[in-house]
Amino acid sequence: MNEVRAGVFICHCGTNIGGFLDVPELIEYASRLPSVVFTMDNKYTCSEVGLAEIRDGIAKNKLNRVVVASCTPRTHEPLFRSTCKDAGLNPYLFQFVNIRDQCSWVHMKDRERATEKAKALIRMGVARAVLLEPLEETEVEVNPYALVIGGGIAGMTCALSLANRGFEVKLVEKEDQLGGTLNNLYRLYPTDEEASKLVQAKSEELKKNAKIEILTSSKVKEVKGFVGNYDVTVRHGDEDRLFKAGVIIVATGAETLKPVDIYSYDGEHVVTQIELEGKLRQGKLTDKDTVVMIQCVDSRNEKRPYCSKVCCLTALKNAMLIKETNPDAQVFVLYRDMVTQGTKYEDYYGKARETGITFIKYSPERQPVVEKGLVKVFDELLGEELALPCDLVVLSTPIVAHKDSEDLAKLLKVPVDENGFFLEAHVKLRPVDFATDGIYLCGSAHWPANIGESVSQAYGAASRASIPMSVGHVKTEPLIPVIDEDRCSGCSLCELTCPFKAIQLEETEEGRKAKVIAASCKGCGACGAGCPQKAITMQHFTDEQLLAQIVPLTEVKP
Amino acid sequence: MTFRKSYEPDIIGFLCNWCSYASADLAGVSRFQYPPNVRIIRVMCSARVDPTIVLEVFIRGLDGVMVLGCHLGTCHYMTGNYYTERRMKMTKKILRKAGMSPERLLVDWVSAAEGERFASIVKDFTEKVRKLGPLGEETKLNPQELKTRLVAAKEALAQEKTRWLVGRERELVEDKNVFGEKVPQEEFDQLMLQKIEKEFAKRRILLSIEENSLSVKEIAMRVKASPQEVLGTIVSLEHDGLISVAGIEGNSPKYRRARG
Repeated sequence: MNEVRAGVFICHCGTNIGGFLDVPELIEYASRLPSVVFTMDNKYTCSEVGLAEIRDGIAKNKLNRVVVASCTPRTHEPLFRSTCKDAGLNPYLFQFVNIRDQCSWVHMKDRERATEKAKALIRMGVARAVLLEPLEETEVEVNPYALVIGGGIAGMTCALSLANRGFEVKLVEKEDQLGGTLNNLYRLYPTDEEASKLVQAKSEELKKNAKIEILTSSKVKEVKGFVGNYDVTVRHGDEDRLFKAGVIIVATGAETLKPVDIYSYDGEHVVTQIELEGKLRQGKLTDKDTVVMIQCVDSRNEKRPYCSKVCCLTALKNAMLIKETNPDAQVFVLYRDMVTQGTKYEDYYGKARETGITFIKYSPERQPVVEKGLVKVFDELLGEELALPCDLVVLSTPIVAHKDSEDLAKLLKVPVDENGFFLEAHVKLRPVDFATDGIYLCGSAHWPANIGESVSQAYGAASRASIPMSVGHVKTEPLIPVIDEDRCSGCSLCELTCPFKAIQLEETEEGRKAKVIAASCKGCGACGAGCPQKAITMQHFTDEQLLAQIVPLTEVKP
Repeated sequence: MTFRKSYEPDIIGFLCNWCSYASADLAGVSRFQYPPNVRIIRVMCSARVDPTIVLEVFIRGLDGVMVLGCHLGTCHYMTGNYYTERRMKMTKKILRKAGMSPERLLVDWVSAAEGERFASIVKDFTEKVRKLGPLGEETKLNPQELKTRLVAAKEALAQEKTRWLVGRERELVEDKNVFGEKVPQEEFDQLMLQKIEKEFAKRRILLSIEENSLSVKEIAMRVKASPQEVLGTIVSLEHDGLISVAGIEGNSPKYRRARG
C-alpha cells in the first residue's frame, strides 16, 4: 500500500446538507485535492445504497482511504468503519468529516461561507486520512472469576446469578453478616414480607452454592490489572487474601442520612424511618397514639438536590404497619410531593389513604417546626397553620452514598457523581456498566434503588459481566499510545498522568521504561501530550495527523 | 476569489469527543446558528491537545484557538481536563511572552447537553478575535518577528523541563509531598513563569544564531533584550552545550547554535 488512493463520499442527507451547501462545488473541490482519486455524492451515504456505493468505490478504484463528509462520527463512525471492513479495508483508514451538525445546520443562512467552510473541513479530513495507518484490535484473555463487592440484596443476587451461570464468585462483605440494608428493615413494601426472611433465604442459597466463596468482615484493599486480569487483595482482620478476577461488580449499596441538629432529632421522641422499623419489629409502638412523619428531610435541597425515591413508599408502609398494630393511632404524613410512580405503588398510596392516614402538603419555603410533643406545619392545600400534638416524630431522611465510596472508586478507577454515587458509563444505554471495561454496578451504590430495582439491576450486571467471561477474551481498541523506548527517560510522568494505570514503568536492560497496558488504556492521549521527551505517539491521533488538519482558510480558497 | 470588507478571523477548535464535540453536534441538531469562522478538530480528550500544537496553529497564521473539554469533574477520562487546564494556563503565559494576546486562546468546559451554550461561546469568541484583529495586531509586531517569537515559544514548550513542571503541577499544588508539604499555587505560578521566561529567552537566542554567528551585542539587538540578560542566557546555553563559539571579532566572541 504505497500510493495513497483516497475516495471522498459527500452526503446530501436529503436536503439537510444539500439544501444548504453547494454539494457539486464540494465534489469538484474534493476531486482536485492531492491523493483523492475518486469522489461521489450520495443522497444518503448511510443508506444501504450509499454503503454499497462505498464498497463498490473501494473495489473499483482500489481505494485505500475512505473519507465520508456527512453527519457526526459520534453516531455513524461505527457504521462506515464496518462498511470499509466489509470491503476489505482496514477500518482505521476511514476518516469522518462533519459537514452537517457542525456546518450546514449551523450556518443555514450563509450558503457561500458555509460551502467555503465545508471545503476547508473536507480538505482537513483528506489531509488526515492520508496519514492514517491501519490498526488492529488486540485480544486479551479473560479469567472466568468474578468479584462481587457488597453482600446486600444486589450483591447477593448478582453473585447467585453469576454462580448459576457456572462462574466462580468471591463475594466480599464488610460487615460480619450478609444482608446489608435489609438487616435494618422490618417488612418490605408492597408485599409486607419480612426482610429477615428474605435475607435468610438468600444467604442459605448462597452458602449452599459451591461456586461462591463468601468473605464477611472483609474489605477490598487493592485492585491491580485490567479487564479479564484483575489482581485483588482483600483484607480480613489482619490477614490479606490475594486472588484473580476477570470482572468486578460494585454492589456496595448506600446508607440513610443520620440527622444532626434537624427537627430536634434525638433518636427517642424524634427518630428516623430506619429506627422506626426497629421499633415496629420489636412491637414497641402500641403506646404511640399520634405519629407525625416528615418527608424530604434535608433532601431535595441545594445540598442534596436528588429524590431518594424509596422514602415515600417506606413512609406509607410504616404508617400502615402502625395502623395495623394500633388501629386507633393517628398518623400524619407531611410531604412535599408523594412519589409513588408505577401501577402497584400508586395503588399502595390509595390503600394508605383508605386506612385513614392523613396527608398534609408542606412547601420547602415553610418547613414544619418540631417542638416538644408538637409539630407545627403550614398546610399548603388548606392554606393554614396546623399544630399537631404527637407522641412520636419520624423523619424520612434521604439515602446518601457511603462515605468510603470514593475510596473504592479510587481503587477501581471509576467515577462517582457530585453526590458520591457511582457513575455509570451511559445513563440510558449502559446503565450497569462503568466506562472502564470489566467493571459493573448495581443497586443503591449507583443511586437510590428499592429491592425490586436492586434485584433487576443485579441480574443486569451479572448478565453484562458474564459476556467477557463467556467469550473468554475481550477486544481492545487500538487507540493506544506507543512508546519510543530510545527517547523514554523513565521519568514516570505518564504513569502519574494516566488515571487508568495503563502506563507503568518497568525495569529493562536500558533502565526504567514506560510500558503500555493496552487493555487498560481508554485512548485519551493525555500521556503523550505531556511527555517531557515526546516519546509517546498516540495511535490514530498522532501529532502529524492533528497538525495536518491545521490548514489556514487562506490556503483553502480555490 | 471573493474579497470581504471586514476582517474574518480564522479559528480552530479542539473539541473532546465526549462533551464539547457532542455539544457542537447538539447545537447542530437544535439549529443554533453561529458564525462559520471556527473549524473543529475532534480529539478523544482535551488533554490530547499538546501545548506545542496550539502554538503551531498560531505559527501557521490562524487567529484563534479554542480548546473545549468536559466540565471539571466530569471528564470521560476522569482527570484529563485538569491537565488541559494547567497546560493551557502555561500556554497562555507564553503567548503573552511571545507578543500575543492570551485571549486568542480560549479554554472552556461545555457539557454534551449545552448546545446553546456552545453556539454562544463560538459567537462570543469569534467576536472577541474579530476585535483583536489579525494575528499580531494587538502588539503591532511585524508578521516575521511574531512568527520567530512563536517558534521560540513552541520550542520552549517542547522542552523537557517545562513539560515536566506542568505535568507535576497538580501533584505539587494539590497533594502533599513526602514531607507533608504542598506548594502554594501562587508560588508555583511564579516558578512556572520564571521557567518559561528562561526557556523562551534561550530559544529566542538559539533561533537568532541558527544561520549566522553573532556577538552578544548583536544578539541583544535581535531579541530586543539587554546585553547583560543575553550574556546570562548565553552562559547557561553554553553550559548545556547548545551553542558554540564560532569565532572572535575584535574582543567579542561570536556564537552559533551547536549542531546535532
